[in-house]
Amino acid sequence: MGTPSAPPSATASTHGARQHARAQDGTTADAMPVVPASDWPEPPEGVAAGDVVWAGTVAGGGYTHKVLARGTELRLTDLTGDACAHLLLHSADRPWERLNTADTVKVLWNAYLGKGHLLLSDQGRVLASVTEDTSGRHDALTGTSTLARNTARYGDGTPQSASPAGRELFKLAALKNGLAPRDLPPSVSFFQGVRIAEDGTTEFIGSADAGASVTLRAEQDVTVLLANVPHPLDPRPEYTCGNLRVLAYRSRPTAPGDALWDAAPEGRRAFLNTVDHLTARGLA
Amino acid sequence: MTVTALPGRVVSDETVPARAAWSGFVRRGQLLTVTDLYGNQAADFLVYDAHDTSVRYSAPDTVQAQGNVFLTTGSVLLSNEHTPLMTVVDDTCGRHDTLGGACSKESNTLRYGHHTWSQHACVENFLSEGARHGLGKRDLVSNINWFMNVPVEKDGTLGIVDGISAPGLKVVLRAETDVLALLSNCPQINNPCNGFDPTAVRMTITDAAGSEEDGTR
Repeated sequence: MGTPSAPPSATASTHGARQHARAQDGTTADAMPVVPASDWPEPPEGVAAGDVVWAGTVAGGGYTHKVLARGTELRLTDLTGDACAHLLLHSADRPWERLNTADTVKVLWNAYLGKGHLLLSDQGRVLASVTEDTSGRHDALTGTSTLARNTARYGDGTPQSASPAGRELFKLAALKNGLAPRDLPPSVSFFQGVRIAEDGTTEFIGSADAGASVTLRAEQDVTVLLANVPHPLDPRPEYTCGNLRVLAYRSRPTAPGDALWDAAPEGRRAFLNTVDHLTARGLA
Repeated sequence: MTVTALPGRVVSDETVPARAAWSGFVRRGQLLTVTDLYGNQAADFLVYDAHDTSVRYSAPDTVQAQGNVFLTTGSVLLSNEHTPLMTVVDDTCGRHDTLGGACSKESNTLRYGHHTWSQHACVENFLSEGARHGLGKRDLVSNINWFMNVPVEKDGTLGIVDGISAPGLKVVLRAETDVLALLSNCPQINNPCNGFDPTAVRMTITDAAGSEEDGTR
């Protein structure tokens, strides 16, 4: 028998608990997905609200994932100047075809990601192209953070701690797509730059500023894994990571006649290989 | 071609012909010596934790931790969990590549043209040699290229240029845990990674003199 003076809790019954849970409907948070994405109030210029297919904000230390159709554009925006978007791409239904950072820098003869760069798979094809970039500070060489490194630097690196490691978040995103840790190759990251000196030394150059954005175009159906965590070379002692805006909208894949198609002979052959593959499958 | 001054008792000593693959288990504390027998031969290399191959060499973690994209004496090869797999304990070449990855039939079609499809490639070596140990395509990641020269210019331009290796130069790796090492002796004939002429390398596993195992260290 309970204390006679205690009022009954509103959530002590199934009906009360249901009412309490349902009363949360419509609550908003600083970082959250917007569903349906067409409700996103500020589509990019020239994009109809109905063409927005993915919208929301990823908290610093958070992650997200989505399967995007070929021809979809994905715009990432660093809202505070402290976001860092660690990205992996897998072919949506054939995940053993996936981002290859070595081919991405080697085939394009450039270590630094930026407008016009192609994110190549290990099959000589394009997974996504970089169509716009207002940041210019990205990294294809030094990857993301790990449990061991974050534990050493911040005291913890587990996914639900105050300082989650990128690889731990990638594992969760991979597992939710039927993939395993061995499906995680080296990743690329956007908004926190790294440069290489002549003697090979890495130099962390940080972010361009709040509001910088980069736009990727899916050239195949791709599974996108995104972790928003501090860059592993960020020297600041505190775990510092700001909100990341994610916005994707229907567009069309790069096609013959587009400047990007012919920008480099290596890239043209990568586009040709991609269309050749999709044509054989009846997808292009 | 002979190689002198191999450290410790020889456990295994194999010459890997031009274009061929090799694999071997290296126990913790043992040394693996990669010798460029004829000079200027890129040796594509991957290493896995022998007891859990989901833990494998990570180029980004290795670059991140040592703050440099070139490998040489003192470089620690880190795993994707940021744990040490092997350490470069001797290097008579000077620097080695972490960025260029392996050639594949697929990437060759991008880099040179579709006429290269019928040529040999490193990924074929990694796949066939890795399959002997239960590894598959999902297990291939960006690899090390011993003796390969990949500079990065100020504007980010990078590329495989003429090698800086010479006959008999070597790199010696100490296993920090039990590892499985995979090698593709690069068959690329379209760039200077091996002087357009693949040649043999030598892979030697030795017990370090006075090793922890025999209690004399």
